[in-house]
Amino acid sequence: MIGLKRQLVRKTQYKHKGDTIEREEATTVVDEALAEIGSNGGLTKQTMITQVTDSLYKQLIRAYEERMPTEEGPHSLDEIRGQAFKRFEKLGFPTVKHEDWKYTNVQPLISQNYLLDTSTSQAEVAIGKAAIPNLDTYRVVLVDGIFNAELSSGIDVPGLHILPIQEAFDQLSFAKYFAEYADKTDNPFVALNTALFKSGVFITVTKNSVLEKPIHIIHVASATEPLFTQTRNLYVIEANAEAELIESFITEDNAANNLNSLVSEIVVHENAKLHHYYLQLAGKQSSYINHTEIYQKKYSLYNNYNCSFPGSAFVRNNINVRLDDSQVESHLYGVTLTAGNQFVDNHTVVDHLKPHCESYEWYKNITQDTSTAVFNGKIFVRLDAQKTNAFQQNNNMLIGEKSAIYTKPQLEIFADDVKCSHGCTIGQFDNQALFYLRSRGISEAQARVLLVHAFAFDVTNRFANATVRKYVEHLVEQGLENG
Amino acid sequence: MLSIKKLHAEVEGKEILKGLDLEINAGEVHAIMGPNGSGKSTLGNVLAGRESYEVTEGEVLLDGRDLLELSPEDRAREGVFLAFQYPVEIPGVSNINFLKTAINEIREYKGLPPVEARDFLNMVKEKQKLVEFEAKLANRSLNEGFSGGEKKRNEIFQLAMLQPKLAILDETDSGLDIDALRIVARGVNQLRSKDNAFIVITHYQRLLEYIVPDFVHVLYNGRIVRSGTKELALELEEKGYDWIKETAGAENAI
Ligand SMILES: Nc1ncnc2c1ncn2[C@@H]1O[C@H](COP(=O)(O)OP(=O)(O)OP(=O)(O)O)[C@@H](O)[C@H]1O
Ligand SMILES: [Mg+2]
Repeated sequence: MIGLKRQLVRKTQYKHKGDTIEREEATTVVDEALAEIGSNGGLTKQTMITQVTDSLYKQLIRAYEERMPTEEGPHSLDEIRGQAFKRFEKLGFPTVKHEDWKYTNVQPLISQNYLLDTSTSQAEVAIGKAAIPNLDTYRVVLVDGIFNAELSSGIDVPGLHILPIQEAFDQLSFAKYFAEYADKTDNPFVALNTALFKSGVFITVTKNSVLEKPIHIIHVASATEPLFTQTRNLYVIEANAEAELIESFITEDNAANNLNSLVSEIVVHENAKLHHYYLQLAGKQSSYINHTEIYQKKYSLYNNYNCSFPGSAFVRNNINVRLDDSQVESHLYGVTLTAGNQFVDNHTVVDHLKPHCESYEWYKNITQDTSTAVFNGKIFVRLDAQKTNAFQQNNNMLIGEKSAIYTKPQLEIFADDVKCSHGCTIGQFDNQALFYLRSRGISEAQARVLLVHAFAFDVTNRFANATVRKYVEHLVEQGLENG
Repeated sequence: MLSIKKLHAEVEGKEILKGLDLEINAGEVHAIMGPNGSGKSTLGNVLAGRESYEVTEGEVLLDGRDLLELSPEDRAREGVFLAFQYPVEIPGVSNINFLKTAINEIREYKGLPPVEARDFLNMVKEKQKLVEFEAKLANRSLNEGFSGGEKKRNEIFQLAMLQPKLAILDETDSGLDIDALRIVARGVNQLRSKDNAFIVITHYQRLLEYIVPDFVHVLYNGRIVRSGTKELALELEEKGYDWIKETAGAENAI
């Protein structure tokens, strides 16, 4: 919307004020805005691939059958895995016929051959690519999903418990939350992950603890043979605790192709606060299918800042927030800058289940070259969720003449006394603005950087951590060609 | 300083400038008047390098340098400044950040180091005072939410900050109230020196009472059809353009 010629603007406002609306108590309002724009006609980009190669599928079935029952864990983990696997078998991998995967064709990814074990992971990896200048953190490094104690540092602090997930199975607090949230969705990758994940971390920020530094989880893809990883995380922020969590994704230069499925379940307890950053910086060999399920309790705050940059060939993020108590606040921010032939898809769900909650979502996409970005944001306001305040906005800037953007903001309201709004815009560089800047001596490249910064500003200016914000602005600059 | 010879330019295939000649020396102020649609803004845009205007013939030299070969940013760095008739709003780009970027890029082009933060701020203060432009610039976006007059004042403020060799003011007076007009004119007069030159595009003789031009030209149908001293502006004010159009038409017929 900024520095943009508006080609498409859509805004819908709903204000239902209890009595003033006749014959509309407990109304269901379903609203969908669908915009598909691409100079190549948009729709041709993701053509359906009918050939179904199920080598990975067969491999996974075999892996499941051959797996060893967990020895140390409670018996129920095997049960959970068993049920999850049945679900996966029933669902199968998604195809573009599924509404949620309409633009996101995973067939080319799953029809490749992968190792399922980390036998070709590298012992020595460089984590410099994930370094955030001037930021002191508690560092957690996962190499191909496996916790690496040598590379991790400074995590032995009061109030913070970090355990490789394999070692957490016997913990009560783990059993209480594990697979309680993400598995309620119909995402086949979650079912598969629950059934077969091998590694990940279980993080607890204990009651009343306010962490001094952010936790920085660095996910490194390193295997020198094609690898399919399934990583599982559980983060529990206990009552009154406060934490910042930054997750960076990077790839070793000499890594082979890899496909990574990460499922993270997050529980934010009463009056707790979590600021959660995703910084997608991986190389083009790496592809990701991530699912984050957040469950919030009373008076809690969860902020997600989801940033993707040029690199990774394929990224799908599902981020679902369940506001299952009153007085909950959630913010979802996104900045996606794509280049080359990248594909980045962000699917979010904000689920208002109880009254007096507030959610705020703002995603910005900037596409260069022949890349594709997808945004799908669903807001549900359930029958109980009176006095909900929900805002959603998605703005898109098509820079590449052959880039494409698919955006679909959705709002489903079942309560009658709520305040909700959503809207989306799609535009290009504003040539007037560009010329104005250049006519003052600013180079074209720098002018573009200024305009893209301006475009992303509504989102970046809301980053709680100023150092991360600066870093992200720098990454945006770096990610713009000629920038 | 500026030498324009037989300049032809078109927009979207339509010829707007049709053989325009103009010579400007350092230290001079030239006023350009002319009916709506005659090509005044086009001339400004062509000089500033807007890409949608295509030069089909002719030459423009700035101190002997071929201006038409340069990108818009290089023209600005060489000292060309166009105060726009309609300055654009750019939300999200801060005024101050924008100005600093511009000044530093111009300095870099000239082989100078970036401006010191304190010097920059002092300069901002001083120049804001010069044009009595009190808007709090630090935390406001470029022209966003500025009134018409504020936008024009911001153009002159930028002019004062960038200190160009050749400044083109495209109807800077339109939309200004009488006080603002005086202030802007005073700013321009203070910036006048023997080393720079101004092209002042205007419809009104009133501005020329404040910024007294050395020459007045009438642009009609893509060409300068008449040039004179400041008395020409008075004559135009009195008689309108019809007599010019007639004589120009007659000349064209020959
Ligand atoms: N971008 C453009 N696309 C199409 N036509 C244009 C464009 N810019 C200018 N023109 C046309 O060129 C002619 C000259 O326009 P220009 O703006 O130079 O006139 P002007 O002398 O500045 O007029 P005014 O006094 O109204 O400002 C007009 O007929 C105008 O419609
Ligand atoms: Mg004009």
